[in-house]
Amino acid sequence: MTGTPTLATAKAEPRPHPRLRLARFRDLALVPAILVLVLVGALIDPVFLTRDNLVNVLQQQTELSLLVLAESVILIAGKFDLSLESTIGLAPALALGLVIPTASHGLGTNWPTALAIPICLLTGAVIGAFNGLLILRFKLSAFIVTLGMLIVLRGLQIGLTGGQNLFDIPPSVLYLGNATWLGLPASIWICAVLFAAGILALGFLRAGRAVYAIGGNVDAARAAGIRTDRVVWLVLVVGSLLAALAGLLMTGRFGSVAAAQGQGMIFTVFAAAVIGGVSLDGGKGTLFGALCGVLVIGLINNILTLGGVSAQWIQAIYGGIILAALVLARLTSGKAQD
Amino acid sequence: MTAVAAEHITKRYGATTALDDAGVSLRSGETHALVGRNGAGKSTLVSILTGLQRADSGRVTFDGEPAPPLADRDAWRQRVACVYQKSTIIPTLTVGENLFLNRQQSRRGLIDWHGLRRRAGEVLGRYGVAIDPGMVAGDLTVEQTQLVEIARALSFGAKFIILDEPTARLDAAAIERLFERMRDLRAAGVTFLFISHHLQEVYEVCQRVTVFRDAKHVLTAGVDDLPHDELVRAMTGDAPVTAAAARSSAGDGPVVLDVRGLTLADRFDDVSLEVRAGEMVGLIGSGSSGKNALAQTIAGLLKADAGTVTIAGTTPKPGSVPAALDAGLGYLPQDRHTEGLVPLLSVAENATMTIGKRLGPAGIALPARRREAAVAMIEEYDIRTSGPEQPVNGLSGGNAQKVVLARALASDPKALVLVSPTAGVDVRSKQSLLTAVVRAAAGGTGVLIVSDELDDVRDCDRVLVMFHGRVVHHAGKGWDDATLIGAVEGVREEKGFAE
Repeated sequence: MTGTPTLATAKAEPRPHPRLRLARFRDLALVPAILVLVLVGALIDPVFLTRDNLVNVLQQQTELSLLVLAESVILIAGKFDLSLESTIGLAPALALGLVIPTASHGLGTNWPTALAIPICLLTGAVIGAFNGLLILRFKLSAFIVTLGMLIVLRGLQIGLTGGQNLFDIPPSVLYLGNATWLGLPASIWICAVLFAAGILALGFLRAGRAVYAIGGNVDAARAAGIRTDRVVWLVLVVGSLLAALAGLLMTGRFGSVAAAQGQGMIFTVFAAAVIGGVSLDGGKGTLFGALCGVLVIGLINNILTLGGVSAQWIQAIYGGIILAALVLARLTSGKAQD
Repeated sequence: MTAVAAEHITKRYGATTALDDAGVSLRSGETHALVGRNGAGKSTLVSILTGLQRADSGRVTFDGEPAPPLADRDAWRQRVACVYQKSTIIPTLTVGENLFLNRQQSRRGLIDWHGLRRRAGEVLGRYGVAIDPGMVAGDLTVEQTQLVEIARALSFGAKFIILDEPTARLDAAAIERLFERMRDLRAAGVTFLFISHHLQEVYEVCQRVTVFRDAKHVLTAGVDDLPHDELVRAMTGDAPVTAAAARSSAGDGPVVLDVRGLTLADRFDDVSLEVRAGEMVGLIGSGSSGKNALAQTIAGLLKADAGTVTIAGTTPKPGSVPAALDAGLGYLPQDRHTEGLVPLLSVAENATMTIGKRLGPAGIALPARRREAAVAMIEEYDIRTSGPEQPVNGLSGGNAQKVVLARALASDPKALVLVSPTAGVDVRSKQSLLTAVVRAAAGGTGVLIVSDELDDVRDCDRVLVMFHGRVVHHAGKGWDDATLIGAVEGVREEKGFAE
């Protein structure tokens, strides 16, 4: 070293300080919207602000929130996973099929019930790994691969169960979905812990920052020494694993596995993620924002039900409100949506 | 003392030799230019010097010691850093995080953001880069992004930096600031390898220059001992001679293409030119000269900020391709794959796309008439195809280009604008393409050939040179290669400054 190069002649570039400070609050952009929704809910029906109703709103969104958590991380890494909505059905269906008796539409293997939860989670991980294999090794488009997988997995579930709903679920499998810990449903605790872990990992771990780097510019990430394929693969596996866990929670909440469990959910998942500020182009968004997106959607749903909107119209209104929320999110962020 | 040396490097990709026993040797603390035309082997040498590729033979040394193994990225990064043309900054992350990407310091397992921002501020401050490390990198200007890249490169401890065409996307003032920085860093002992297409810059900031041509090392010399024309000659070698097609040069026909004071921010500025009926005019310049944007503006693909384009006496609506075509313009786009052809459609469909009106009444395209028109074109332009029904993506590059040209000429344009007409075309097709253009000119079409290949404009009556968005040089018939290349590369000439 011959001393540190110094550039006294450097021209000062203007520092856009104010914009920087604003960007920090972007994460909180949905908080006012949530407050407004709470206010509207309270005005529409006094039942809204009761503890039971609020806990109910949260519990109903636990499965959705886990899928949004998974999808957000995958989107930030610049990939797609549509098949989550089928994984949430197939993983518990397969696990239960292997343990419950034929009379309850089981597969007839009658494995020990203790295996149900591990099999369910393992199924999720295997699905994610297979998606990763097709996307990363065979260089296929994530959108098309997971669209195909969405159909295949749903078909597998219907084929394995003969299109029947599975009843007679062992209590060990029901536990997570309907237990109460410290006065709140266990599923709410699980979601809270997983979101906290996710926020911490994406914000403060090198691997988490690598996810952002890959989604932002994969070549630059590779040049910085990040093993991009490995990270994306891991993200896909964790995503499907979370979907399988969401399947367990849903099974516990309903006490059965419907043949259509999770069907159509992926649209809501994307809506929540995008409302929450996660970019479909990768590299942008936070899990806190995504969580706010889930809350917005859950509150809208609840208010519509409490408001007595007729069942025939609820879908159209729900969709319209999601579009309006997207427009609002676009206007408040001030940037083109991507 | 030799800081970096690449000796007797040979690198082949299949049948093509990218580097043939070539090399470069840099003294410690010098700024060394590497120049050569496209395909001379510069990029290959860069990827070998940065350890991204292995040479087939030859050796690379840093401070006299052999280069580390390819897998040891960290060791390479401590020895050499490269600022590529394509940015390796991640736009969605902050400047600070970009500086320490994948080497963020952790405290108790978690990234220490506070410390990272502080250290990023230190790094930026040390190199005099006044940028807030908390800014999102996507909000930076091109110049600032480049400074962050340089600062990052230096922060790895590298004392040797490769700048691959750093000035291509900068404006004049920013280039000057960059050079100031380079001089200051050089004074502090940093060695630069500077790659540029603008020879003027080489003289301005470098001490020595190495010239590559056709994968070989041609010369290394101090810039003070190497006059402009010798440097240009070293880059071009002996110019190939092509016989100009027989055509009486026209000059007094009516003006069919009249461009007046055309301006488009950041691309070109106050450009005026005119082409008469039957005249052939060449327009050459480097990639950043703005010549392609000018051609796109004439064709209506871009909308000028100021100025007018008049085609055969009418002024089409600016920014409208159909209006330009209706006014009598034929246009051959730069990239036939993205702008020229629809790959899955047949030769006949592609070739007759602009003359739909003649294929039948009321928007109907009669297949028989289309076929007839296409067969005529295939014969006239010598397009090698299995028939008019063959999809164009099955054609060779030269024949595909003939289809585009046939289409451009199908509407009997008054004025014809061709952009890089022979890019990626073999020698024989090149000849027949240019012959077809000369024939069109002989038939009274005014032709403007926009290219960076001198060979494309040999038949032209006049050649204009663009540099940094302005027409800087006019050459009549009988121009010599060295003068034109000098103008293209930005060597300022006293004579010939026009407009």
